[in-house]
Amino acid sequence: MKTFQGVGISAGVAVGPIFRYESQVIVVQEAIAKDPDIENKRLQAALQQAGTDLENLLQKARVELKTGSNEADIFEAHAMLLTDPDLLDQVHDALYGKHYTAEFAWYEATEYYAGIIAAMDSEYLAARSADIKDVAQRVLRLLVGNNNAASKNISIPSIVVADELTPSDTVSFDKAKVLAFCTRSGGPTSHVAILSKALGIPAIVGIGPWMDELTPGIEAVVDGFTGKMFLNPDEATIKKFKETSSLYEESFRKAMEKTHEHAITKDGTKIEVVANIGGVEDAKSAIEFGAEGVGLLRTEFIFLERETPPTEQEQVDIYSKIFSHFGKNPIVTRTLDIGGDKPANYLKIPEEMNPFLGLRGTRLALARPEVFKTQLRALMRAGIGYNLKVMFPMIGTVQEVRSAMDHVRKVKVDLASEGVPFEENIEWGIMIEIPSAAVMADALAKEVDFFSIGTNDLSQYTLAADRGNTNVVGVADALDPAVLRLIKMVIDAAHANKRWVGLCGELAGDGLATPVLLGLGLDEFSMNPRAIPLVKQHIRKFTMNTACEIAEHAISLPTTADVRYYLKSFL
Amino acid sequence: MESLTIKVINQVGLHARPAASFVKKAQSFASQILIENVSKRSEKVNAKSFVKILSIAVDHDNDIRITADGDDAVQAIQGLKELVDANFGE
Repeated sequence: MKTFQGVGISAGVAVGPIFRYESQVIVVQEAIAKDPDIENKRLQAALQQAGTDLENLLQKARVELKTGSNEADIFEAHAMLLTDPDLLDQVHDALYGKHYTAEFAWYEATEYYAGIIAAMDSEYLAARSADIKDVAQRVLRLLVGNNNAASKNISIPSIVVADELTPSDTVSFDKAKVLAFCTRSGGPTSHVAILSKALGIPAIVGIGPWMDELTPGIEAVVDGFTGKMFLNPDEATIKKFKETSSLYEESFRKAMEKTHEHAITKDGTKIEVVANIGGVEDAKSAIEFGAEGVGLLRTEFIFLERETPPTEQEQVDIYSKIFSHFGKNPIVTRTLDIGGDKPANYLKIPEEMNPFLGLRGTRLALARPEVFKTQLRALMRAGIGYNLKVMFPMIGTVQEVRSAMDHVRKVKVDLASEGVPFEENIEWGIMIEIPSAAVMADALAKEVDFFSIGTNDLSQYTLAADRGNTNVVGVADALDPAVLRLIKMVIDAAHANKRWVGLCGELAGDGLATPVLLGLGLDEFSMNPRAIPLVKQHIRKFTMNTACEIAEHAISLPTTADVRYYLKSFL
Repeated sequence: MESLTIKVINQVGLHARPAASFVKKAQSFASQILIENVSKRSEKVNAKSFVKILSIAVDHDNDIRITADGDDAVQAIQGLKELVDANFGE
């Protein structure tokens, strides 16, 4: 049995064989046709057929999507593109002016608009650009006579694995045959995430590193809660998941009912439960699932996949949009956390042998002070009136914090002298994700207002194992006693200096870890929004005394397996 | 010819569903209707075209200017104003 870790984006558990869906993207080369009238007729017929198909798809989506969901509207927008006057004008000009074939005229015009809209630097518009391409492909399939229907023909209920799934893909599968969706890439705001949640089908994204191992027909278990996937599971695992899947759904439903209430331990300690988010759409789901603020706002989405750095005003607009959802609740924003493994050409990150031990996170920010200062200015401006806290990622030394804080002071002086209003009361903190920072936590606590522990990287760096490397799966486990001991050191050092500590790695959303983290004295739990209801429910089950005993015992155990085995009894 | 400048207060701007309802509304009038994003000094584009509306990237808090020319220009401006004022029914 092999275990893979992706990102769970739609709750639920599924067991079944793998079905590989290979969507074919049609690319059209420039071609001249003899008779524009014939081409136009072919195009009109394809547009009409596409309209009928979309209408059917819309009806199917309305029936299948849960009541109250308006995700089906995506298909209405698609249908609107088929009759868009300006788009069709351009196609008409290409048919009659340039004598292009129907295929190329349509392809060129849709690519043109998809390109313009994708270049607008907005996550919403990027999604709309994908919509245009989705509709474009639908029409092209009709024109070239490849209706792509065979590839969606699932004979027995299966786990659908694909590189990418468009909205039409997601909806046009026979839902009775789809146990779960898994895609190579995509995030919590992708179409497949939104639609699979609305359809109530478990889904995982980001399984890229393991795609090659997912051969059609082999048995797998998909856990949409934790993002885990088990390949060739043994009987015991299958049995366990089949049993827990129904129990899980029931307890999730119950937890959702109370998720907008505080998480208070049995003996009355209120614990802050907040969300990890990475965009404007996430802000909404954070609220929906009961987050009491944000423990980690990732800002990378603003900086990636573009040719020039985002402007100050652009950033102010995006931050304001996100902040506006959280009123007086805390919003912990992390400054740019990019390294040589991410596409951002304008940052001119030199090619490195090992980007994870290279110029990344705050090191990169300090080496690109203009980009860093622009972000700080934008955050301070957008933060006016909000409970904003800002933290620096990948801090390894006290000197790095001091250099970062120097920039903060300079930016404040600049803003004040320019007469630009900004938020004065911002708490400044750091991520603890490099072992040296955990070891030096007592010294670091004197430099900042708070810590947030990033257990994903902390466990990778502590155990020297890449979580994405299939040869060392499971080594970088945040429940390893070495990592737990570091977490204890950090929390103790922070509290001794009257600083608060949050944790924003996957560990915070893992129910197994809840009593340990409570017992170690963690002040704030920050997680994927969908994990919030159950973790809140879990916190309510313990007294602080019990949690302390559990934590003490857990960190005294010698191996990860011992810790996991011991903690299972408290789930 | 009738025209109106109005602020888009919708959280996501004129991007997803709101853009679609805006286009639908505009298409229900016979007048020629143009829209420009004043805040971004965009060009004037056909308000009945979904791709054109997307291309002027109207964000939250942007001011848009709508111009209508035709027999039902007054009704068109009024209808679109109501839609924006009602926050696109969201």
